[in-house]
Amino acid sequence: MNLRRDFPLLANNPGLHYLDSAATSQKPTVVLDALRDFYETANANPHRGAYSLSVRATECYHQARVRIAQFLGVRDSDCLIFTRGTTEGLNLVAASWGMANVASGDEIVVTALDHHANFVPWQVLALRKGAKFRVCELTPDGKIDLDFLGGMLNRKTRIVAFSHVSNALGTINPLVEIARMVREKTDAILVCDGAQSAPHFPVSFDSLNIDFYAFSGHKMLGPMGIGGLIGNRAMLEEMPPYQTGGDMIEFVHDERTTWNVLPHKFEAGTPNAANAVALAAAVEYLDKIGMDRVLEHERSLMSLAQERLTAIEGLHIYGPAPAERSGVVSFTMNDVHPHDLATILDGEGVCIRAGHHCAQPLMRRLDVPATARASFYVYNDESDIDALVAGIIKAREIFGYVPA
Amino acid sequence: MSQPNSSAEISALYQELILDHYRRPRNKGTLEKPDASVEMKNPLCGDEIGLQVEFDGNAVHDVRFSGRGCSISQASASMMTQLVKGKSTQEIDALRNQFRDLMLGVTSPSGEEESKLGSLRALSGVARFPARVKCALLAWNALDNALAERRSA
Repeated sequence: MNLRRDFPLLANNPGLHYLDSAATSQKPTVVLDALRDFYETANANPHRGAYSLSVRATECYHQARVRIAQFLGVRDSDCLIFTRGTTEGLNLVAASWGMANVASGDEIVVTALDHHANFVPWQVLALRKGAKFRVCELTPDGKIDLDFLGGMLNRKTRIVAFSHVSNALGTINPLVEIARMVREKTDAILVCDGAQSAPHFPVSFDSLNIDFYAFSGHKMLGPMGIGGLIGNRAMLEEMPPYQTGGDMIEFVHDERTTWNVLPHKFEAGTPNAANAVALAAAVEYLDKIGMDRVLEHERSLMSLAQERLTAIEGLHIYGPAPAERSGVVSFTMNDVHPHDLATILDGEGVCIRAGHHCAQPLMRRLDVPATARASFYVYNDESDIDALVAGIIKAREIFGYVPA
Repeated sequence: MSQPNSSAEISALYQELILDHYRRPRNKGTLEKPDASVEMKNPLCGDEIGLQVEFDGNAVHDVRFSGRGCSISQASASMMTQLVKGKSTQEIDALRNQFRDLMLGVTSPSGEEESKLGSLRALSGVARFPARVKCALLAWNALDNALAERRSA
């Protein structure tokens, strides 16, 4: 798979080895063109005007929703609410469903593997409602401890929030089994952080047996500032609005207001139509490759990276075996701090993330302040791994490693 | 696009003196009866430092640091503790300003005033790495807080 030429930033910087797609992906020309094309040919405020240009904008926005819903296996596209990204999607559920349904004494379960975006909103909700906030522990190799989870679940559990894939370690969590356990032992809603799964393998929401799934467009070749929340229709209809204002209303009386239908009830204000259209172009691009091939490509790169990195003395890789991970390798290198590693790699044109990856609860449990993380996507190839390995060897030399 | 740093800049950053302080930090540990005790974290990278200071009147009598972090934050803390021992709080304020200017690339390490920074001048390469300036300043920010604690005591 040689797609580098489809990505202007990569094509214009031949020496750049971008290994930070878990943070944000690069954007292909088709996405940038779609964004520009919307503004050049269809720009007007959707849902507002009676004139044909506004109708065209509305149609583009609607078609984008249908296309993205199709990509994520959602038959009822009105159940896909556009948000700024995963963070806003999760906050929407916490603020709307959570504030309306969680009571003092209820229990909210998250896992130690979760990103702050799927941790803090629930912690804050629990504090506001006097609910118990419970964190599911992990196995030593960085997977959700299912026995521990089973022991936590009970009839007081109201929300179980977990990530489909860990952004810090790449762990692919057993969604089906978690959902089965939760359904069996609780009446809780299941909220899934899909920021790291939607970009990397096929996801079909309708067959997942969960209630909410949030994702970010910018991690799946789309622009920043657009993403979505997919929800169960009955729940979305019951839920109070998240934000109020234009577009989300039906009738505004002096004393009270009635709400618009889905999805508009949750999309107050002028929508981010241009970015939605660009994200639709991104999923079109991904579908052309085929999500099975995306997964296969990342897997093969990760296996190679695992093999090459394991051979470096003093390098420690965190998380489960490659077969249980998406395209992420999280590691430390003896006494070379991840920050120093990232600086030296940057000098070689290699972009990796160093830090706590917005997962401080996980870092505490791993007992490291930070790790270095390399993550792969469709445009990466073997040369990126060669550069990564060479950079790590260089860092080791700078820090005075003497081979035995 | 901001260009990646050159090999020469990387070498200038990781001078032997810095790596030496990273490997064998001076004044690392804790004091038995500190007058001021400060904990500080860099939330962006997870680096953390504990700083303990014993005063003698208006001057720093002894100082220790603890915690973990990258070579830049550790070397900066180690060198700083060596430099400030015996100095008055006013002298330390002046040194802190000089060091900050050096990190922000406002001044060069060869100036007469800057010579007072001693071994800390080895960190001047950090100015070429905007993402790392906060690492170098972490210990100094902790010391700032310790001095403020002293003043308000």
